[in-house]
This record gives sequence, C-alpha cells and structure tokens, in this order.
Amino acid sequence: MFDFLEGYNLWEAFWTTVQLTVLSAVGSLIWGTLLAAMRVGPVPLMRGFGTAYVNVVRNIPLTVIILFTSLGLNQTFGVELGSNVTDTTNFRLAVLGLIAYTSAFVCEALRSGINTVPVGQAEAARALGLNFTQVLTLVVLPQAFRSVVGPLANVLIALTKNTTVAAAIGVAEAALLMKEMIENEAQLVLISAVFAFGFVCLTLPTGLILGWVSKKVAVKR
Amino acid sequence: MSSVLYDSQGPKAKRRNLVISVVFVAVLAALLWWMYGVLDEKGQLAWELWKPFFHGEAWSTYLWPGLQNTLKAAALAMIIALPLGAVLGIARLSDHVWVRGTAGVVVEFFRSIPVLVLMIFGLALFAEYTNVSTDDRPLYAVVTGLVLYNASVLAEIVRAGILSLPRGQAEAASAIGLRKNQTMRFILLPQAVTAMLPAIVSQLVVIVKDTALGGAVLTFSELMASVSPMSAYYGANTLASFTVVALIFIAINFSLTSFASWLERRLRQGKRSTGAVVTADAVEELSTPGEHVGGQK
Repeated sequence: MFDFLEGYNLWEAFWTTVQLTVLSAVGSLIWGTLLAAMRVGPVPLMRGFGTAYVNVVRNIPLTVIILFTSLGLNQTFGVELGSNVTDTTNFRLAVLGLIAYTSAFVCEALRSGINTVPVGQAEAARALGLNFTQVLTLVVLPQAFRSVVGPLANVLIALTKNTTVAAAIGVAEAALLMKEMIENEAQLVLISAVFAFGFVCLTLPTGLILGWVSKKVAVKR
Repeated sequence: MSSVLYDSQGPKAKRRNLVISVVFVAVLAALLWWMYGVLDEKGQLAWELWKPFFHGEAWSTYLWPGLQNTLKAAALAMIIALPLGAVLGIARLSDHVWVRGTAGVVVEFFRSIPVLVLMIFGLALFAEYTNVSTDDRPLYAVVTGLVLYNASVLAEIVRAGILSLPRGQAEAASAIGLRKNQTMRFILLPQAVTAMLPAIVSQLVVIVKDTALGGAVLTFSELMASVSPMSAYYGANTLASFTVVALIFIAINFSLTSFASWLERRLRQGKRSTGAVVTADAVEELSTPGEHVGGQK
C-alpha cells in the first residue's frame, strides 16, 4: 500500500524542514530579543527603528520575503552567504528570510511579556541603582521569557508551518517533495495523508509540550 | 520622557543617549550606503527600471490584475470560511461528546498543517477529480487551501468569542426559558460576533498574505506573481518590482491591522456592550494547534 514511497527520501525532506525550523528559531530568537530591547529602550531612534521594522515586516507576505532573498539578494546582488553550491545557498537564504520575518513576531511576543512584569519590580530595581541594561537583563527579561513561553511556542509552530514557503525557492523540504510526488504518482490522497501526518507529528506535540512547559514555568502572581 | 524601565534622563544620560543615537545612525547609514553602492554598481537604481511604475501601463497590465486576483481569492476564502468556521466553532461547544469531538479533531487537524500543503492537495484534487479548467484551477486550489485552514482558525475565534461573554448571559437566557438553540441564536452569537470582529479583521491580513503562496508555487497569477513578468518585460528591474509589490501589500495589511485595533478600542469603550472582545493579537495564538485541546479558557 505504501510502495509509492519507494524512491523518495521522505526522512531527508522532513529533516530539512526540521533544520530550517531550528536554525530560524534560534536566529529569530536572538534578533527578536534585540528588537524588543530596542523597542522598550531609552533611545528614541532605536524605538522608532524597532517599531518600523516590526510594522513593515509583519505586513509583507513571507513568500515575498523569501522570493526576494533568492531573486533579489542572490541573483541581483550576488549575495551567496558563503556558499557556492546552489542548494546550500538557497537553504541559507531561506533561513535568512525566515529569521527576518519571524523575529518581528518574537519581538511582539516578548514585548507583551515585558508588559506583564509588575511596574514595582522595575521601580525597585531602579531604586537599587541598576541601569537600563541591568534592569532589562537581570530583572525584567528573565520573568518576561517565562511568561511568554506559550506565545513563543505559537510563533515556533507558525514557523514550522512557514518553512514550507522555502519550497518557493527550491529548498528540498517536505512541501516540495509532496508536490513532486503528487506530480509523479497516482496516489493523491495517500501522499497527502502521509505529509499531513508528518506535519501533525511536528506541530501538535510541540504545542502540547510547550503548553505544559509554559504552565510549569509561569511566574505565579 | 520616562518609562518603567528607565529613569527620567539627566544630563549625563541624555549625553549618552545622544552618543548611542549617533552611533546607531552611523551604522544604519553605513549599511544603507553599502546597499546604495551595490545597487548602483548593478544598475538597479537607474531611472529606466523605476519609471514604469509612474506610468499607467505597469499598473494596468501587471499590478492591477494581480491585485484583483489577490483580493478575489482573499474575499472568496473569507466568505466561505466564515460560516464554516462558525458552524465548527459552535459544534466545538456542543453538549454532545461526539459532535464536540469530531469538530475538535477537524479543527486541530487543519490548524496543524501548512496552508501550502493544503493548496498543493487542492490543486491535485481539482486536476484529478473535477473538470475545472486549467486556468481556474490555481484560484480554486488557493481558495480551498485558505478555506480549510482559516475555517478552523475562525472556528477557534468564534469559540473564544462565545466563551468571552459573561456567564450570566447564558444563565439569564435559560432562566427565562430559552432553549439551547435559541440562547445561541438570540443571545450569544450576536454578542460574540461583535466581540470577535477585531480578530476576524486581523485574520484577513493572514489570508491576504497567504494568497502570495499560490503565486509562488501554484502558478496563481496574483500580485506577487506579477513580479517576474514585470521584471522580464521592463529589463530586470527585480528590486523595483519587489519594492512596489511589497509596498502594496504593506498598504493593504497595515490599514487592515490599524482598522482592527481601532475597532478593538472602540468596542471596549462601547457603553452598551458587555466589554467582551477577542483581541486582534489573539489570532496568532488561535492559529496554532495543540494549545487549547479540550481546555476551556
């Protein structure tokens, strides 16, 4: 019944999906945290930059961003991200696009987490003489991170699903393999079921586990 | 200027902030200068490449038809998904386990799968089992994918809207002898619809953005898909085409986002409502699977 799977490397495709997800998640966590720090910081110019970045990037379709990394950055400007193999370049460009897009959402999630920290805490920290960076990194962010595990999990799941957009620039991940298989084999429903099952396996447990974690680490107030 | 996180600035802090600002601007400027250099070198800034967008032709031939397709797909998806989502959402609140369970499985399933996968499935489905013409297939596939995914997200929005109402509403309804069905139709749904309007409007942003997937993978000739023919016709003006298309998307989506948050504020202030609002931000949360399985918020 499943002999149509022969000749296709399902594991490798889903492994690429996982790699895209993990690399982009780490990247966008870093860049998103920096953006959030800019948005709550004392320098008006950085606040402006952070706000502009989030509002612009959130409203552009990810597809447009990813295609731009390939057609614009790579083919027009010759950006190769340190690789001269087309497949690797496309993979790295896709990660770059995913980071640029996802960090806007990470930033917003973190900012809402910062808002959940009681005003008194920051005031007390300031009364002790801590400066902005210390208040943020020692008092506010650790609590903010614990209260946004849930929202960040949502961003992560959305990211997992968004990695399929990399198919648009030919990164050999699950959605691209699915398209190829459907074109070549006559098992539409079965093939779709296999890929749907694959994504359910990736996203549903992530949601459940991180939902449990978020309850576990939440700061009780 | 003061905030929770930092004190009102004295002379020293003001000086430091000025220094940071200057450095930040310098870094940004250096980045822009470098980009300008590369752009100039590749000839992407030549007026020839940007000129078409200031004349009617590029708009009437490429951008406007693409935009029409984008909006058509988004509108169709919304119109079909909304009633479907309402039914699923209400079914998830049913007293009967099997109705609740079935709706739950359907909603969780379609929320877990990428829209692109659903679209690819739709395209093959219409190719194999129906006689929809080849020209129409991409539109059908895009709408199918969007409907399946967004109906399940809207179902969660409907559910959140109904659950956000004060419990007294349903209790009062049953106290005056309304049946479950009547309570839902006359008391809960009308108020829930108001409560979830902001969330529905911001879900539209998600739909508009997702139509671009159809252009990239399914040969659906929407706005984003007009980039490559444009850049082929006007002589490799990739950057200009992308910029214009991105600006159009930003204009549409930013106005929708602003409208959603205006609506949210307005509803919260309304004197005659219960004050129950499903916020626009809730959309991201409701669009991800697993989180709310079985749980009542």
